[in-house]
Amino acid sequence: MTQLWDFSGGVHPAEHKQLSTSRPIQAAGIPGQLVLPLQQHIGEPAEPIVAIGDSVLKGQKIADVSHGMGVPVHAPTSGVIESIGDYPVPHPSGMADKCIVLKPDGKDEWCERYPVSDYRKLDRDQVLDIIRSAGISGMGGAGFPTHIKLKPSRDRKVDTLILNGAECEPYITADDMTMRERADEVVSGLKVMAWILRPERCVIGIEDNKPEAATALREAIQGTQIEIAVIPTKYPSGGEKQLIQILTGMEVPSGGIPADIGVMCQNIGTAVAVARAVFEDTPLVCRVVTLTGEALEKPGNFDVLLGTPVDYLLEQAGLQPELVNRLILGGPMMGYTLTTTAIPVIKTSNCIIAATASELPAPPPEQACIRCGQCAEVCPMELLPQQLFWHAKATEFEKAEHLNLFDCIECGACSYVCPSSIPLVQYYRYAKGEIRVQRAEQLKADRARERFEARQERLDREQQDKELRRKERAKAAAEAQAKKKVEAGKAAASGEAVDGRAASSALVEQALARKKASSEAAQAQAAIPADAAPEKPDIESLEKQFAQAQSKLETMQAMLEDAKAQQADNVEKLERAITKNHDRVKRAEEALADARKTLATQTESQSIE
Amino acid sequence: MAFVQQSSPHAHSARPTSKVMLWVILAALPGLLAQTLFFGWGNLINVVWCIAIALASEAAILKLRSKPIVFVLKDNTAAVTGLLLGLSLPQFAPWWVSAVAVISAIVIAKQLYGGLGSNPFNPAMVGYALVLISFPVAMTTNWAEPALLWDSAPGFGDTLAAIASGQQTAIDGWTMATPLDEYKHKIASHTAAEVLAHPTFGEGIAKGWEWVNAAFLVGGLVLIGLKIITWHIPAAFLGALVAMSLAFGSNADQYAPLSLHLLAGGTMLGAFFIATDPVSAATSHQGKLIYGAGIGVLIYLIRSWGNYPDAVAFSVLLMNFAVPFIDHYTPPRTYGHHKARRGQPGRGRS
Repeated sequence: MTQLWDFSGGVHPAEHKQLSTSRPIQAAGIPGQLVLPLQQHIGEPAEPIVAIGDSVLKGQKIADVSHGMGVPVHAPTSGVIESIGDYPVPHPSGMADKCIVLKPDGKDEWCERYPVSDYRKLDRDQVLDIIRSAGISGMGGAGFPTHIKLKPSRDRKVDTLILNGAECEPYITADDMTMRERADEVVSGLKVMAWILRPERCVIGIEDNKPEAATALREAIQGTQIEIAVIPTKYPSGGEKQLIQILTGMEVPSGGIPADIGVMCQNIGTAVAVARAVFEDTPLVCRVVTLTGEALEKPGNFDVLLGTPVDYLLEQAGLQPELVNRLILGGPMMGYTLTTTAIPVIKTSNCIIAATASELPAPPPEQACIRCGQCAEVCPMELLPQQLFWHAKATEFEKAEHLNLFDCIECGACSYVCPSSIPLVQYYRYAKGEIRVQRAEQLKADRARERFEARQERLDREQQDKELRRKERAKAAAEAQAKKKVEAGKAAASGEAVDGRAASSALVEQALARKKASSEAAQAQAAIPADAAPEKPDIESLEKQFAQAQSKLETMQAMLEDAKAQQADNVEKLERAITKNHDRVKRAEEALADARKTLATQTESQSIE
Repeated sequence: MAFVQQSSPHAHSARPTSKVMLWVILAALPGLLAQTLFFGWGNLINVVWCIAIALASEAAILKLRSKPIVFVLKDNTAAVTGLLLGLSLPQFAPWWVSAVAVISAIVIAKQLYGGLGSNPFNPAMVGYALVLISFPVAMTTNWAEPALLWDSAPGFGDTLAAIASGQQTAIDGWTMATPLDEYKHKIASHTAAEVLAHPTFGEGIAKGWEWVNAAFLVGGLVLIGLKIITWHIPAAFLGALVAMSLAFGSNADQYAPLSLHLLAGGTMLGAFFIATDPVSAATSHQGKLIYGAGIGVLIYLIRSWGNYPDAVAFSVLLMNFAVPFIDHYTPPRTYGHHKARRGQPGRGRS
C-alpha cells in the first residue's frame, strides 16, 4: 500500500461525473472546418509553413516554431488550407488570435508515418525530438511543451514521476474514460517518459471515485514497477502541488517547480499522446473532450480532432439550446464561461459544460464578509483568503503580496464555501493583474529613468569636454596674444611701431576689401605700399572667373547644338541658360577691365609719389 | 444564444450567512429550553424582546444609512445578537435595561462601525458590559431563583408584568444571587461547605445552571459538528480556564472550585456562542487558540481577583482589543514556504 499524505483544506463539491461516463468514448467526426490556433501551448507561437490553397494530409506539419520554446501544429485531417488569419480562440477574454483554417476533404488520408521499432535503441534526445515533432504539450492545463518538461536541467534529477489521474474537478471524465479504455496506451506512454527520466519511483495517482480506471490500470501495469495510488476524493487533489503533497509528503517551494524537489507530474492525455508519437509516429491531432451538462441530450466523451468548433461538438452531443444557460470551458471550479461557440478545441481543452440555469444557478448577491474563516479552512495553499480579500478590495496590494497572494492557485475552494457569496477568486485575479501592471510600469519607469540618467550624464560629459576645449583655446589665444605683444614690443624697439600697428589693422581691411575691385582704391592710396600687393590676386581671380565663364559658355553652346540636332525638349532651357552665361561672361570681362584700370591708376599714383 | 458570464468557480455550496446564523440560533435553543425549565419564563421573554428590539434598531439604522433593509435583516445576524443578549441578561431584567443593551449593541457596536463584518467588538458583549456598568443593581438583583418551571416559579404573566413594570418589588421572593456571586462574596468569611449549603447551589454543582451549561455545550458541539465553528476557540477557552483553576484554585475555601467555573456561570454560552463570533475573533487557527486561551485566563483572573462574579463580557471585549495584534503575528505558514510571513510588508519579515 502506497503511503499517502493529506493536504490542508479542500472541498467536496457535487461530482456530476456519472453524466458523462455512461457511454464509451465516441469519435466526434470531421466537421466542415477546422480552426487551428498557432499558439496552443506556453511559449512562442508557431509560424505557418503552408500557404493558402495548399493541400495537406492528415498528420502533416502545417506550422512550426523555429526559435524559442514551442511545438509544431499538424493537420488533424486531410484537406485544403482555406485561410490564415485571426479567429476567436479559447481564452477567458474571448480574444482572437492567428489560426490556420483547414477545409477537410473528407478522405482523412494520412501522410507517411515512420514508427520506430524500438525507442530504447535511440538516444534520449532523439525520443525527445519525436515528442517535440509530434506537437505534444501538456494536455491538462497550462500546455507546457512536453519535450522541454521532460528534460529538466542536470541539477534537477527527477526521482518521482507522477501521472496525474486524479481528475478532481467535478463533471470532467476525459481522463477517467481514457484510463478505463486506453490503459495500455497510458502505461506505455508513461514507460517512455520513465525511460527518458529514469526516476526511482513512478506512480499514477487516481481519486477513489474512479474504481474502474484504477482496475484497468492495475491490469495494464502488470510486470512493471509502476505504482497505482488510489487517493481520497477531495478537490483539488489533482492540483499539481496538492497531488505531489499527497503522494510524496513534500511541498513544492514557493515560486519553484516540482523538479526542484525531484518530482514531475504528467497528464493522462499527454501520456497517451507520447505513446502514439513514439509507437505510431502519430502527432497530436486529436484529444478526448468531455461534453456534459444537463442541457445536453447525449453527454459523453468524444475523440475530437483539434480545431473542431465547439458548436459542432455541442450539436453532436445533442445540445438543447433553449435549456443552456451557461457554457463553461473546463470544469465548474476553474473553467471559464464562453461568450461564443465559434471557438475551436485546442490541445488543452478537456471539457465543455452546457449547464442549465438550475444546474449552476447564479450566485446570490455578495454580502459582507463575516470573517467566518471557512475560506481559510478550505484553502489548499494555507493562505488567508479573507485577509487577501480585504487587501485586494482596499487596493492594498503590497499587503496582499506579503500574505503570499501569488501562491494562490485560483482553485476556487474559498469562493465555493463563502457563506457571503463573495467572488473571492475574482478579487485575487484582479489584485494579481494590478500588481503585474504595476510591476511592468515600475520596470518601464526604471528603464526610462536609467535612460534619462545616462543621457544626462552624456550631456554633462560633453559640456565638460566643450568647456575644457574652450579653456584650452582661450589659453592658446592668450599665449599667442602675449607672444605678439612681445614681438610688437621688439618691433617698437626697432622704430617700426606705427607701421606694425597699421599692418595688423590693414589685414582686417584687406579681408573686407578683397571682393570689391573698386574705385575706392584711390582712397587707399594713402595707405602703405603693402596695400597694393593684395590687389594683384584680385585680377588673377577675375581672370580665372572670366576664363571659367567662357569655357562654360562654350560647353553650353556645344550642348545646345547637340540638343538642337536631336530636337530634344530642353533646347529652350539651354538657350535661356546660355543667354544668362553670356551676361556673366560680359560682367566678368567688365570687372576684369575695371580691375586692370584701377591697378594701372594705382601704379601710376605710386610712381607719382 | 446569450450565455451567462461568470467568473469561476461556477459551483457553490449552499450555506449562506443567513443559514449559518439560523443554525447558531437553533443550536442555542436547548440552552434556552434549559433556562426556561430551571429559571422560568424570564429568558424566553427577554429573548423575544431583545430580538424584536435588535431587528427594529438595525432596520432604523439601515434606513439612516440608506442600506437595503430587508436584504440585510435577512442575514439573521441582528437576530443572533438579540438572542445572545436575551440569553445572557438576568431573567427579571427590566425591559429598558434589555433595550439599552440591545440598542447599544446594534447601533453603536455594530452599525456605527460599518455594519456586519466591520465591528471590532462583539456587539452583544458591548451591550452587556454597558448595562452591567450602568445599571449594576438591576444587573445583579434580578436573577431568578432556580426552580423547576412547574414548581414554585412565577408564571408567565407574573414574569412578563415584572419585566414590563421594571419594579423591584414585583419580583421579591423570586430572585436569588447567582452561584458564582454567592461563592465569591461568602467565601472570604465562610468555609466552602458553609457556602455551598446555600439553596442557590442545590444538590448538584449549581442548581439549574449545570443543566443550562450542559445544554449550551451540546448546542456548541452541534455547531462544531456542522463546521459552523471550529473547536479551537472553545477548546482553548475552556482549557485555559481549567488550567488556571488547577494552578491557582485548588483550595475550595479560598476560590470557587473548577466545577463551578465550568458549569455555574455563562461559561459554556461564552465559549461556544459568544467567543466564537467570527467577526470579532482572531482568524488563523493559531490565533484562535491564543484568543480563546486569553479569554479563559481573563475570566479566571476577573472572577477570582476582580470585582465581577462572572466575566465573560469583559474578557471577550479585552481579547477583541487584542485581535488585530494576534492576527498580525499568527498568519499560517503557506504551502511551499518555510515559515509564516509575520508582520507587515517590508518589516519584520521572517
